Amino acid sequence: MNIPLSYYLLLSGFLFVCGVAGFLIKRNIITIFMSIELMLNGVNLSFVAFAAQWHSLSGQIFVFFVMVVAAAEAAVGLAIIIAVYRTRETLNVDQVNLLKL
Amino acid sequence: MLHLILFLFFGAVCVAGAVNLLVQSHPINSALSLIAVMAALAGEYLLLGAEFVAAVQVIVYAGAIMVLFVITIMLLNAGKEERTKGSRVAILLGVPGLLIGAVLVAWTLLFRSNTTMVAIGAEPGSPKAIARLLFHDFLLPFEVTSVLILIAIMGAVVLASRPEAVAKTAGERSETTPELVGAGRNRG
Repeated sequence: MNIPLSYYLLLSGFLFVCGVAGFLIKRNIITIFMSIELMLNGVNLSFVAFAAQWHSLSGQIFVFFVMVVAAAEAAVGLAIIIAVYRTRETLNVDQVNLLKL
Repeated sequence: MLHLILFLFFGAVCVAGAVNLLVQSHPINSALSLIAVMAALAGEYLLLGAEFVAAVQVIVYAGAIMVLFVITIMLLNAGKEERTKGSRVAILLGVPGLLIGAVLVAWTLLFRSNTTMVAIGAEPGSPKAIARLLFHDFLLPFEVTSVLILIAIMGAVVLASRPEAVAKTAGERSETTPELVGAGRNRG
């Protein structure tokens, strides 16, 4: 009935690596942002897994804080994306290479 | 046995969604596969006993945050992404490096780590237990995150509002100083 906790950690690591790879190879700014969310999800899974290993609920509390920070980050980040699109008319990060307009 | 089957099922959905996010070239497809990943992750949390975290994952992540993403994609009418050619050195160094790192991490986790076996629902995180911890031991971080959310809301409103609208309200507010109004309009 029991399975090793390392399976959960492997899955968490895989999700994190997928997020990193998406962050590096994707060219659409919204998809890059979604890759960051994927990384945060991978980290959340290992928080919950370690909460189960150490029989401490603090790990699950940390998941809530990660979620709150992710929500704040998504709101501000998407607003920044909208502002960038309004001034440059593109979502391709290769064409957004100047800080100044 | 049941635990392993359920873990493999949800894990397969997670892996397929994550790979699909990388492969798809249209952002809306990536967003939908990310929703699948998050829903399957909620199943994994349930297997570990974190029932409240699973509910919040579905409501906040798969619900609120992804709706925000999908709305932005539709608002900006994001189309297929243009592929640009990556550098060859990155591929030559990156792919073997990634493989070596993956094998090392997997080997360490599976054979050399100190992790235990977990049963279904190993650490039950009921809402009552979570709330007791959140409002006693973690009260200060909880309050700080509420301030963070407030700042994020204001920042999002300011950033996403149209520049002309900002200049207009600034102009109405400072009617006594006409040169400032002009400056605001020019900047907008």
